[in-house]
Amino acid sequence: MIELDKVSRTFQVGDQQVLALREVSLSVAAGEYIAIMGPSGSGKSTLLNLLGLLDRPSGGRYHLDGRDVTDLNEAESARVRREKIGFVFQSFHLVPRLNAAANVALPMLLAGVAPAERKQRVTQLLAEVGLSERADHLPSQLSGGQLQRVAIARAMSMHPALLLADEPTGNLDRATGREVMGVLEALNLAGAALIVITHDQDIGARARRRISMLDGRVITDA
Amino acid sequence: MRLLDTFSLAWGTLATQLRRTVLIGLAMSIGVGAVVVLTALGEGARGYVLNQFAGLGANLVIVIPGRAETTGAAPGVLSGQTTRDLTLKDADAVARLRWVSGVAPLNVGAAQITRGSLGREAVLLGSSASLLRIRHMRLGSGQFLPDGPSDQATPVCVLGDKIRTELFGNTNPIGSWVRIGERRFRVIGTLAAQGQQMGFNSDELVVIPVAAAQQLLNTPSLFRILIEARGRAAVPRVKADALALLKARHEGEEDVTVISQDAILATFDRLLTALTLAVGGIAAISLGVAGVLIMNVMLVSVAQRRAEIGLLKALGASAGNVRALFIAEAGIIASLGAAGGVALGLLASFVLGKIYPQLPILPPLWAIVAAVATAIFAGLLFAWLPARRAAKLDAVVSLARR
Repeated sequence: MIELDKVSRTFQVGDQQVLALREVSLSVAAGEYIAIMGPSGSGKSTLLNLLGLLDRPSGGRYHLDGRDVTDLNEAESARVRREKIGFVFQSFHLVPRLNAAANVALPMLLAGVAPAERKQRVTQLLAEVGLSERADHLPSQLSGGQLQRVAIARAMSMHPALLLADEPTGNLDRATGREVMGVLEALNLAGAALIVITHDQDIGARARRRISMLDGRVITDA
Repeated sequence: MRLLDTFSLAWGTLATQLRRTVLIGLAMSIGVGAVVVLTALGEGARGYVLNQFAGLGANLVIVIPGRAETTGAAPGVLSGQTTRDLTLKDADAVARLRWVSGVAPLNVGAAQITRGSLGREAVLLGSSASLLRIRHMRLGSGQFLPDGPSDQATPVCVLGDKIRTELFGNTNPIGSWVRIGERRFRVIGTLAAQGQQMGFNSDELVVIPVAAAQQLLNTPSLFRILIEARGRAAVPRVKADALALLKARHEGEEDVTVISQDAILATFDRLLTALTLAVGGIAAISLGVAGVLIMNVMLVSVAQRRAEIGLLKALGASAGNVRALFIAEAGIIASLGAAGGVALGLLASFVLGKIYPQLPILPPLWAIVAAVATAIFAGLLFAWLPARRAAKLDAVVSLARR
């Protein structure tokens, strides 16, 4: 499903070129469960942003579902993000003024899904993450674990084939973190490819495939 | 993204920052309100002047002895060198023209009017029965000058309201005799109090038959001939025909001036419309100021909402979607502000109308439409820059900042 061919990413910091990714080649099959690990600055987040089409590689090619998405224009890459990719962030990133249901509905809103269908899918998604009774709650009225579950429901609302999670348990205690991972893994079992960035060895150990990175390179992949 | 969803999302953002939204909307409202009120005042002034002219009769054509090259000035200003008098016979000839529904020859002079020991100076107006209708005068009591041949110097008179009060007090003047100059006239009617009309006070008039006035004032010539055309459309024809006729009667010399209200009216109309436009234009500048305000606030808003914008992009919003969201916000503020401004303007116009009842203050529809359109246009125009900035935000950088 994902085919990275010698993908590099350089950043210009002042007059210094920083190599965040150095010719990373990677292939991911549909439905895989991958943990990406490594110290800060090893290029994990850069890799995830490239995979999520939030960023463009400076070199190399990126094929998603057999299509070269390296040079897609802005509108096209937005469309791919909308239809194929779901994001889960460390700090949840819910819109504070929207209640849980409206937050979950956001991607469908952007995709132009009809209101009636939206409503039905939101109800179903919230039920899947066990938050049916919290649909009307604002983010400020929800706990960390609940917030992340709302975010996961939102990520899944367009049924993406690829779920990208950047330290999804980073702001949660262990027990809640495990709970949230459980929800993500259930979605993985239902067919979505799951790529998780984590510092947590325990969580890393749960993945079927572990990639460790250092200085912008993949050093182990097993 | 659906249009309705764009607007409801934009509205949601505005609703959470209600005070800010209301304040910018207010700035817009004041701008729109100013345009509406000032154009209403301008239109009021225009309406007032036009009404005054209409009071003189819109179908009126006036013949003035002498040739003046100037047109469009007030009738009193025109005084050319005249070789031939404008006579009663000329007036009678004009009355026989087609499209003429009435003719009032006019002589004006000052004369002493006395009744017993009471007396005063009055404006003497020599004319005919048609004058009442042509000049839209109203009778107070009795009757106006009798119909009859114009050269018949019947010794009767009609008194203006003020003259009547001063000479007769509360007693009925009809049938009494007064002395005007050297002659005695019987009072057959009085005019209703009408006050000032384009610098002409009918309350201080004494109207007598034109032939009698010519004898009193010792002049064979007329001061004016007032012609009433059959309808406004006939005014140009009557002008041309009257001019041709009088030229023929005066041995081929064009020694009279024929003017109509239209020329004067059109000049005033143009002048006052220009004034209204100018005043409205000045007020419209405040709309530009309100637009800049919107831009300013939205630039701040973009900076504050970087994370949200980044998130929307990660969730699949294109740059166009983000731009549309911000433009929709500005559009909503501008529309609400414009609506408030129209309400404000109408209210202020209403209040002004109460304070100055003689001015027909009503904001013209075009001004309301133009003000609203300008407000919304300014809002959208000035929202463009912030919206573009939001759309260009880098999702990764925006999300990383918190």
